[in-house]
Amino acid sequence: MDFELDDEQTALRDAVRRLLASTYASIDGRRAATAKAPGWDEGMWGRLAEMGVLGLPFTEEDGGMGAGPVEVALVAEQLGRVLAPEPFAEAVVLACGLVAAAGSAEQKEHLLPGVVDGTTVAAFAHFEPGAAAGTPPRSVTATQDGDGWLLDGVKEPVLHGAQAGVLVVSARVDAGGTDRTGLFVVATDAAGLDRVDYPTYDGIRAARVTFASTPAAPLGAAGADASDVLALVTAHAQVALCHEAVGAMATALDLTTEYLRTRKQFGVPLKTFQALTFRAADMYVSLELARSMALWATLVLADGDPDAAVVAATRAVVQTSAAGRHIGQEAIQLHGGIGMTAEYAVGHYTTRLTAIDQLLGGRTAHLKALADHVGEYDVVDPLAV
Amino acid sequence: MRLRLSEADAAFREEMRAFFTTQVPERIRSVVAERRELSKDDIVETQRILNAAGLAVPAWPAEWGGRGWTSLQKHIWHEEMQLANVPAPLAFNTSMVGPVIAAFGSQEQKERFLPATANIDIWWSQGFSEPDAGSDLASLRTAAVRDGDHYVVNGQKTWTTLGQYGDWIFTLVRTDPDAPKKQMGISFLLIDMTSPGLTVRPIKLIDGGQEVNEVFFEDVRVPVANLVGEENKGWTYAKFLLGNERVGVAPVGSTKSVLARAKQLAKDRLDDPFVAARFAELETELLALELTALRVVANSADGKPHPASSVLKLRGTQLQQAVTELLVDLAGPGGVASGADDTSAVPQWARVAAPRYLNYRKASIYGGSNEVQRQIIAGTILGL
Ligand SMILES: Cc1cc2nc3c(=O)[nH]c(=O)nc-3n(C[C@H](O)[C@H](O)[C@H](O)COP(=O)(O)OP(=O)(O)OC[C@H]3O[C@@H](n4cnc5c(N)ncnc54)[C@H](O)[C@@H]3O)c2cc1C
Repeated sequence: MDFELDDEQTALRDAVRRLLASTYASIDGRRAATAKAPGWDEGMWGRLAEMGVLGLPFTEEDGGMGAGPVEVALVAEQLGRVLAPEPFAEAVVLACGLVAAAGSAEQKEHLLPGVVDGTTVAAFAHFEPGAAAGTPPRSVTATQDGDGWLLDGVKEPVLHGAQAGVLVVSARVDAGGTDRTGLFVVATDAAGLDRVDYPTYDGIRAARVTFASTPAAPLGAAGADASDVLALVTAHAQVALCHEAVGAMATALDLTTEYLRTRKQFGVPLKTFQALTFRAADMYVSLELARSMALWATLVLADGDPDAAVVAATRAVVQTSAAGRHIGQEAIQLHGGIGMTAEYAVGHYTTRLTAIDQLLGGRTAHLKALADHVGEYDVVDPLAV
Repeated sequence: MRLRLSEADAAFREEMRAFFTTQVPERIRSVVAERRELSKDDIVETQRILNAAGLAVPAWPAEWGGRGWTSLQKHIWHEEMQLANVPAPLAFNTSMVGPVIAAFGSQEQKERFLPATANIDIWWSQGFSEPDAGSDLASLRTAAVRDGDHYVVNGQKTWTTLGQYGDWIFTLVRTDPDAPKKQMGISFLLIDMTSPGLTVRPIKLIDGGQEVNEVFFEDVRVPVANLVGEENKGWTYAKFLLGNERVGVAPVGSTKSVLARAKQLAKDRLDDPFVAARFAELETELLALELTALRVVANSADGKPHPASSVLKLRGTQLQQAVTELLVDLAGPGGVASGADDTSAVPQWARVAAPRYLNYRKASIYGGSNEVQRQIIAGTILGL
């Protein structure tokens, strides 16, 4: 087992870090980028495309870079460190990941190049109002209509759903009395498609997307159940988000320790008070444990066994979720009032960590998934997954 | 980055697993598995088996029995030993005084002590803490005054673990009460526990057991030849020792092993979602700790403890304690039957659950308390 980056990976990390620093060196960068459409910096998106970042997870055959989960993780962590609003995990790893994993050769050829070169952004319409995390699609249904398929129902929230140039949609397919999960591609000018855009509390955009007999093309073979591929690609996106969270937590801790060193009360720096420095130490413990788990989950993804990948992502979410809450809460508390302000950076980190946690599905749901199978093995062996 | 062990390391792991599970008597390993108390003989017998196979002191210098293993191999050795419920070699011998003598002792001391220490022909006790010197160890007062070719030692040590079995005790003593800094007047002295004037008195702990002692020194005469390294440099050697101590204290394998056994015992309770969730949670937390240990192992250059090893001590003892708590909860009211003998209708594991839980409150106190570990993290890592 080895957690070291090779030279190319180190170079990629450093290059992405430098690029992001050009726009997001301070929180003002995020503020400016999220203040106007599409909710991220289009110039930055283009430069990430030029660097090959938007094609990292895809094979060279599909027009990608042929890199893997490790490279994806490096990028995600750097985005998290500076709270860059570019939807890398959501658009590239998740939405396009589904196209790459489930799409036909023709669909991949049609959709992926535009994504990789940054001209089209994809969104995955999956969450349904009121549905618990991790549940299959219920309220959006797909029905066969001659040669084609029609979608009906509401997806919400769909991250950057109104900005996307192509939608990947999950839907319930009635297959003779039993439900299947289907994946579909919907063009943004399709009939009966309605998108209502709004901001989220962490400053990005989401939409309510309504389908009314909206024509859709099945992703890959029509009628096939997509549960497994959805689970696997979701695992990849979750682990990427965990790394984004690790990056955000690292900065939240940095900001906090810096504040403890410089802020004075009672005539002395706050770091004089052990009640505070011990809490910072506990934040560090949470961060390092979450980082270890996210790195390991990345290695399990790279190893290739899909069932192991899903479980590893689940464990990473459980750890990240707890760490994100802990560090996010303590970062604000140790800053005092200024941590509450929109003006100052640290609160934005807590805000984003909260959103990531919700998007990941939260600790309870993932813990339940683990608990359901806890009787099936003796010990968890990280080396023999 | 790579998930799998290299072929060589995987083979090494198999070799360790095979040795520990076949060469150490089941009789002894079951004592550990059932969380009963190991006897002195159990510990000595095991260590001699390991030593004969070159597995007692792999981290020592090669000429004294070390194996020149990589950090990862040492980690695997330690983990597999714990997973197989093999009692670890006596830490006082193999991770504390042995490495100090090997690094700082005279040739004569090495020859006299190291083979006997590896083979536990000498049982060492650790005489550092005093009634008024705990976390603030450097404030220790036990005095050694030079008298010809002897030191005359007066004072008291306390918390001496298994001192009732001790043949020798390695101590920190004050040799220069006038040193400008209290750390500068301390020496590292080896003392024969049969010396006249040395007495050992047991301290009973809350679980009813007797594993620690007070050790009193009244005009105990110790040959100057038993001074390790230089006079008044003892603090340097102690810091070296405590650094080693911290590396071995993330008891991942043994905690995993206890948790696995708890799961077996609770098999018919796992359909209770709250019980199942506690297992799932602890397993996940332990996995994160184990992975962090692997990261630290990979980054610790030649024996120097990585600062993040404080994370391992802090989190490792928290989880060790959390698993002992889980067993208390699983045992329920039957757990109070701790004094019943084996004719009891309450199973053995349930009877020992609470005493073990109480006993393991120690884990976050010794070896640098968890507050001290937080202090190290805040100071050394976070620069606070
Ligand atoms: C079961 C057991 C076995 C032991 N075996 C041995 C042995 O074999 N040999 C040996 O030499 N010693 C041994 N020890 C002693 C152990 O190393 C000490 O107990 C330890 O160093 C703590 O010292 P103390 O008990 O005096 O507590 P104190 O140092 O008095 O601490 C009391 C409390 O205050 C906290 N505290 C202390 N200083 C600070 C600070 N600066 N900032 C914040 N919090 C602080 C501590 O963490 C603790 O919570 C053993 C202890 C136990 C319980």
